[in-house]
Amino acid sequence: MSRIKDLQKNLFGGTTSNARQFGMIFTLVAIVVLFQILTDGLTLRSDNLIALFQQNSYILILAIGMLMVIVAGHIDLSVGSVAAIAGILVAKSMADWSLPWPAAIVFGLVIGAVIGAWQGFWVAYVGVPAFIVTLAGMLLFRGGNQFIGNANTIPVPEGFRVIGSGFLPEVGPNTGYNNMTLLLGLAACAAVVWRELQSRRTRRQMDADAAPMWISILRLAVMIGVIVFASLRFASGRVGTSFPVSGIILVALVLAYSFYTRNTAGGRHIYAVGGNSRAAELSGVKLKRVNFFVMMNMSVLAALAGMIFVARSAASGPQDGNGWELDAIAAVFIGGAAVAGGIGTISGSIVGGLVMAVLNNGLQLMGVGTDRVQIIKGLVLLLAVAIDVYNKSQGRFSVIGSLTRPFRRDGSGPPTASPKVGGDAAPVKVAG
Amino acid sequence: MNDVPILLEMRSITKEFPGVKALADVNLVVRAGEIHAICGENGAGKSTLMKVLSGVYPYGTYDGQIVYQGAETRFSDIRASESAGIVIIHQELALIPGMSITENIFLGNEPRRRGAIDWKSANRMALELMARVGLAEDPDTLIKDIGVGKQQLVEIAKAFAKDVKLLILDEPTAALNEADSRHLLDLLRGFRARGVTSIMISHKLNEIEAIADQITILRDGRTVETLDVKADGVDEDRIVRGMVGRELGSRFPDHTPKIGEIFFEVRNWNVRHPISADRQVCKNESFVVRRGEIVGFAGLMGAGRTELAMSVFGRSYGVYESGTIIKDGKEIVLKSVADAIAHGLAYVSEDRKAIGLNLLDDIKTSTVAAKLSKISHHGVLDEVEQYQAAEAYRRELRTKAPTVDEGVSKLSGGNQQKVVLAKWMFTDPDLLILDEPTRGIDVGAKYEIYGIIQRLADQGKGVVVISSELPELIGLCDRTYTVFEGTITGEIARADADPETLMKQMTSTKKMQTR
Repeated sequence: MSRIKDLQKNLFGGTTSNARQFGMIFTLVAIVVLFQILTDGLTLRSDNLIALFQQNSYILILAIGMLMVIVAGHIDLSVGSVAAIAGILVAKSMADWSLPWPAAIVFGLVIGAVIGAWQGFWVAYVGVPAFIVTLAGMLLFRGGNQFIGNANTIPVPEGFRVIGSGFLPEVGPNTGYNNMTLLLGLAACAAVVWRELQSRRTRRQMDADAAPMWISILRLAVMIGVIVFASLRFASGRVGTSFPVSGIILVALVLAYSFYTRNTAGGRHIYAVGGNSRAAELSGVKLKRVNFFVMMNMSVLAALAGMIFVARSAASGPQDGNGWELDAIAAVFIGGAAVAGGIGTISGSIVGGLVMAVLNNGLQLMGVGTDRVQIIKGLVLLLAVAIDVYNKSQGRFSVIGSLTRPFRRDGSGPPTASPKVGGDAAPVKVAG
Repeated sequence: MNDVPILLEMRSITKEFPGVKALADVNLVVRAGEIHAICGENGAGKSTLMKVLSGVYPYGTYDGQIVYQGAETRFSDIRASESAGIVIIHQELALIPGMSITENIFLGNEPRRRGAIDWKSANRMALELMARVGLAEDPDTLIKDIGVGKQQLVEIAKAFAKDVKLLILDEPTAALNEADSRHLLDLLRGFRARGVTSIMISHKLNEIEAIADQITILRDGRTVETLDVKADGVDEDRIVRGMVGRELGSRFPDHTPKIGEIFFEVRNWNVRHPISADRQVCKNESFVVRRGEIVGFAGLMGAGRTELAMSVFGRSYGVYESGTIIKDGKEIVLKSVADAIAHGLAYVSEDRKAIGLNLLDDIKTSTVAAKLSKISHHGVLDEVEQYQAAEAYRRELRTKAPTVDEGVSKLSGGNQQKVVLAKWMFTDPDLLILDEPTRGIDVGAKYEIYGIIQRLADQGKGVVVISSELPELIGLCDRTYTVFEGTITGEIARADADPETLMKQMTSTKKMQTR
């Protein structure tokens, strides 16, 4: 087997979930490189990268929850309004009732949970379609925000602003870089190496051949390269800036929810409900509980996103969160989720969200007005999904699907089982 | 009666689907003004024949000749057959629930005046048609607000709106209660008196015996015989003999049952229909299962076997009214599917694709789907254990797939069924309920599935098999219950099980004696 073939199969065709993520990062990199050229290097400048993350962290947090809602076969149109009402209540709690800011954050999450329980109740236990419940919620909570805030803007104290506009602090010797960010990058590198080793071991236990060592090393080299590059960029910004706190919250949530959706029974139940709710029910999945959970979880994340936004803009206003639901939904669908439910990944949605974010940012850097940016974003969303739908209907390779669907070893891939295992399996032709 | 003119003659109709010959050389002669019944087991080809007649399968997709009113016809679609006066009323009614009776009667056939629908004359004509079928309702009533019996009448009125000459009814009384059934049969007699010809497909042999003039029996896609009810002195036994007269080859693996004690018992089980509250789908049903025993449930479509099984399996169907479940001497209450699984029950549904599997899944995730706790440690799924479990079942059941990463949607019916069986074997059940376990599966795979069922029984599990194929029940089951209209009508030991006995019990209203 030639090395090129090995490379094709293992690096992009994928042999582990790592490879899948690598493939998605590759797609994103292509867009970044495009804008890097078009904007004469503005895109990847430290200050722009930092701003990009700060401006989009709350949308990406929403995309995490929205992915789970959409996989379960629902939709949530109320996230912007929920973010707004949580934001105004938290701001008020600190301004009027002098709640200390850490307590206010907890208070904000509780508000999200209560609102989520309300919406989850209607969706799961009464059976009102989520589209309607959250359309109502959109009006209800937007009105609630303006009623509570009297349509005014309420400022938030300095301490609270950390979650939206804070950075990793400067500590340790003066290296010319932000040391904490460098440490974070180092930790990420170690985690990537650990995961690669872990996945090789898992594959051996599943009687499947791991990718050749040199491929693992190449893959690691590329990933570590990206991490090191990003760390240095984030660490070398204007003094006082570094990797944003909101970015850290985002990364922690992505890791936690990826793990939850992939590696726990609860996560798998969400996919089962979205894939075939009747079959899931007959397999003992508690349908109502799953639906309740995804709706409630979405509102908690929306409240968090609202608080981060308020913290970044230093005040809560009546128009906060307008249109966020559409950005979050677009991110999820560009990231390969199926409208009918059952298909989609957290990492796919994050990449979908980043694609939109980079597009937005790059076009703005090029001086394209918001009117045209919107037109372009709309077309990108439509085309990305249309090309995928068309390819699937033609029985051809699905670009988005190949990047986001849980990995499958196909018949033309590397030998998948040791001889003693594959003995009685008749060769079956597999449709590509 | 042979002097009556022939209205319809279907001559050597042959219809093939890829790999299956659904109809082979079928002949049917229907005389004007008679009620002609078509009988046969599930899959005998009755519905296919009617679809050929009504143009659902257009001319050219079948071989043979249809002579109607003295001339050969070549229908290209349903509209063509309807304009010739042939109207078919399907088992699943084709009415729009949110529209009124009038709107439904004239759907696609609206009386118009200068382009707009003429509701005044539509309502007037609807009233006339409703009077003809004996339906006393306001024509503005919505379909969803009237019972299924009246809906059936609306369907017939709709047929008359199209000036019907030959009315085809597919299982018209399957969903009706007894009073509604009687009314419908009276109505058909009235039509006969006025010269309308009817073809009726029905599983209810008592009704056929009571109403039909002629009976054509189909078996395995062939015409067996046509009987003249009065001249030949036909009774239910005679029809049954025609329907099942086939020999049973050795299509089952050799097996010596190892039957133990009774460990599972359902007593006086009563369940109502989930929507129509006045319909009782399980009427005081009781049955027992012994360890190592394969117990069959025979019955015609709509007899309520699936409903019984699913309502026992954690109340996943209908509204529970009363009844107890006893397992290993103790009463258990199963309020949810999770309860049922926890108590060692497994239910393999009759419809793999619709409710048995998530077709987006691959083999390994499907295999473990009903008991994720078995491969979890502190709530975290173990991918390696998942793989090992799926791979073990793939080998044990000889599922044909390159690896367990294969998507289940790509598998053949037989292999999908093996995945479903693996999914439920993985839950370590004591009692497996298999609903139509070999539906849509080829003969070779059937043999393998039978072997798996026998092995499960030999492990001391109880196995309940619901099947519409009598030979399957006779060949596989140690004991068979017959079900008719939500009632268990008989219990037949392996030694006494033959097609005639079963068919008779499963079409009879006589209730088995309570033990």
